[in-house]
Amino acid sequence: MASTFLKNAVQKGARLIVADPRAHRLVDFAELHVPLRVGSDIAFLNGLMHVLIKEELYDKKFVQSCTMDFEKLKAQVAEYTPEMAGKIAGLAPEMIVDTARRLASVKPVMLCYTLGITEHTCGKNNVMSVANLQMLLGNMGMECGGVNPLRGQNNVQGACDMGALPNVYCGYQAVTDPKAREKFEKAWGVENLPGNVGLMIPQMMDGLVDKKVRGFYIFGENLANTEPDIRKVEHELASAEFLVVQDIFQNETTKFAHVILPACAWSENNGTFTNSERRVSRVRKASEPPGESRPNWWIFKQLAKRMGHDWASNSGQEIWDNEVSVLSPNLFGIKFHRIENDGLQWPCTDECHPGTTFLHKEGNFSCGLGNFVAVEWTPPAEVADEEYPLVLSTGRRLYHYHTRTQTGRCEGLNDLLGEETADISLADAESMGIEDREYIKVKSRRGEVNVRARVTPEVPKGMVWMAFHFREGNANWLTNPAFDPVTLTAEYKACAVRIEKQ
Amino acid sequence: MKPYFILNGRNTPFEKGQSILEAAEANNVSIPSLCCLKGASPTGNCGVCVVEMNGQEVLACSTPVNTGVVVRTRTPAILALRQERIKELLDSGNHNCAIGSSDNGDWCDFQQTVQASDGASELCPAWGDCRLQELAYEYQVTGGGRQDYKVRQYPQKKDEPLIIRDYSRCIRCGRCVAACNEIQVNLAIDTDFLDADPLANPDKAYPVAKDNCVYCGECVQACPVGALVEKKARYQYRPWKAEKIRTTCPYCGVGCQQTLHVVDGRIAKVTGVEDGAPNKGRLCVKGRFGYDFIYSEDRLKNPLIRNNDGTFRDATWDEALDLVAAKFQQIIDQHGPDALAGVSCARSINEDSYQMMKFFRSVLKTNNIDHCART
Repeated sequence: MASTFLKNAVQKGARLIVADPRAHRLVDFAELHVPLRVGSDIAFLNGLMHVLIKEELYDKKFVQSCTMDFEKLKAQVAEYTPEMAGKIAGLAPEMIVDTARRLASVKPVMLCYTLGITEHTCGKNNVMSVANLQMLLGNMGMECGGVNPLRGQNNVQGACDMGALPNVYCGYQAVTDPKAREKFEKAWGVENLPGNVGLMIPQMMDGLVDKKVRGFYIFGENLANTEPDIRKVEHELASAEFLVVQDIFQNETTKFAHVILPACAWSENNGTFTNSERRVSRVRKASEPPGESRPNWWIFKQLAKRMGHDWASNSGQEIWDNEVSVLSPNLFGIKFHRIENDGLQWPCTDECHPGTTFLHKEGNFSCGLGNFVAVEWTPPAEVADEEYPLVLSTGRRLYHYHTRTQTGRCEGLNDLLGEETADISLADAESMGIEDREYIKVKSRRGEVNVRARVTPEVPKGMVWMAFHFREGNANWLTNPAFDPVTLTAEYKACAVRIEKQ
Repeated sequence: MKPYFILNGRNTPFEKGQSILEAAEANNVSIPSLCCLKGASPTGNCGVCVVEMNGQEVLACSTPVNTGVVVRTRTPAILALRQERIKELLDSGNHNCAIGSSDNGDWCDFQQTVQASDGASELCPAWGDCRLQELAYEYQVTGGGRQDYKVRQYPQKKDEPLIIRDYSRCIRCGRCVAACNEIQVNLAIDTDFLDADPLANPDKAYPVAKDNCVYCGECVQACPVGALVEKKARYQYRPWKAEKIRTTCPYCGVGCQQTLHVVDGRIAKVTGVEDGAPNKGRLCVKGRFGYDFIYSEDRLKNPLIRNNDGTFRDATWDEALDLVAAKFQQIIDQHGPDALAGVSCARSINEDSYQMMKFFRSVLKTNNIDHCART
């Protein structure tokens, strides 16, 4: 839906540049498509910054007054000449120069990205690079500018805000901070909250095998299909000593469970979601849940009770109004009665606060000065070679959502997309004699799938593009469980594969 | 100072560039229209918004206001013109509500023929939710009564997924085209249908979606009559039976605001909340049509506990919760709290994630809690 607003803007005269290895639909609306090679983002971005600095096209006033460590950035990008960056990114040097000049020619420029930036072994550095570019151009802290990651899931922002992360409580209050621990000990009426940062998902999965993790609780995630390298993931899940899965359907993950708890779905209880723009909106009950299924919050409350903790809140509203918003300074002003209609965007610090549509206003970064963190390009963990000469990149398709546990059960959606395909270029199809819709084998070092080829001009030569909506032909039989060292985000966007005719 | 014009005898301010329709609406004077779509450019296709400006008949949607012009919206002549136009539209297709044919004398024949072509024994699927019907009531217009009146046999497309496109009820207003081309910008409907004559060349005279249609259903939401209908809602949904509940879409991170139309405790259809932030009434194919998974027979309906042979048996909540609590306690006693770990859900409500985080930290005493933000 976000793209419709981009397209409206283009129709009204806004200029769009799409930097993507694939020529997807938005390219039709762009004045320039930059078809950079998969995994070359930092080289490309550093190349742009090289040109902006060399040609003195950057926002000197913003850099001087609102940022720090510009000299480090300058030194880092000095070697990324358009020629050098272009060689890595598979682009003509002129295109890098041209893109940089176009970016500097208007203000503000809004930069949007999705998982093509984060799902790499250099994902964190990719994000840093994107932020460097926008700070250099002085496009931060203003409406229609900034760095805008478009979230893929309805409440991934909210789950972060709620502290479903190993290092923070709700409202991003660090578990390592004794003051924060004390605050939550008092609020929850407990003692000795742990102060060590916990495990991230990939570490938990490893822990199931080496027995550091004995009991594992999965709430509403079909890990057996969504994580890279399904065979490895299933071995890990099968190793769990005690696995609890709380979900609305049986799925590939519940097979490994010792206990399955039936939960209410969307529209079966009251609460809130938080979207990509930090907007907290109401979710309302419309239908009765089936059978004995119960709200997720009720299940956790009952477990807590059995382990000696009696929690007071007894509805979504009580949890939000009396706990979440009270304990999270940025959400302090958001109460159910204020979001009956449109939601509110945090930070919203008191009950008269109108919410905040964009951050870092007038270049005042929440951390003080905007910090340029110069980064070096690194290639994906696995690159194409003689044995596996193609690059597999993955993503989502319009008609289904993730592992299709929901959209696969909606009348009509399977008619629009009924099976997975491997999208390949016209050039590769021709050289291998592959027809559109023909079944092919796609193989990586992890596994292989049989899947129909979709021969399409969207995909460049040398790339195979797939999704993970269907168990059969799921890209995660092939993907590489290599992770960004800091975020532990997997490199779904790049691994080496080969294709074979059946 | 704002410029003024004379609207129904009153001095009325307007913004430069506003059409008569917009300026009137901004001053709480309503002018009927069937073809105008908010956010899209006016087409003047329906002709119902006719008004008098300086003694001339003009279309309010596509005529800009100028300082000092005299506009009258409800003169007898204007009302008569609107009545004529509404009658023409009613007669142009199979509008089998009570209004559409009541001058005909052979109401039963008409109904039965239309219902046979619909393959249903109901009135028009948009009955009660039709802008044309509303205007016909308001302007006291009835259809039929003409010698050449007959049931139209225009193309109906019922075999496509999700959307029934029934051009026997299309009034060629072009709102679907505007919704597709200007709001969603999918560019899947051409405008050249307006050049063709519906009687001589019906296949070419209606707005047919091309192959690049992505089934967002914005055209259905925009359709003021029963020409475009959600397949799943057809005859299930009648507005007087439905409770409207505003909620947030469960799919992507945009957080579109939806109106759920709930009939007998079940969602019958979903529309976008007009003017709601952030989506301004728009929805995609999943947001509009991806709601019925909750009614699947596959839903988990009671707790399950695994048997030794790998099969599952039904359990009560007490049994299942006691087992989880006891097993977790046993693991904590033997291996410490950090031998437990949990993954929360980025799909479920905030309150659920908070509760799970609180359970892990305050009850189990471990920070091993994460979710899929990193993947």
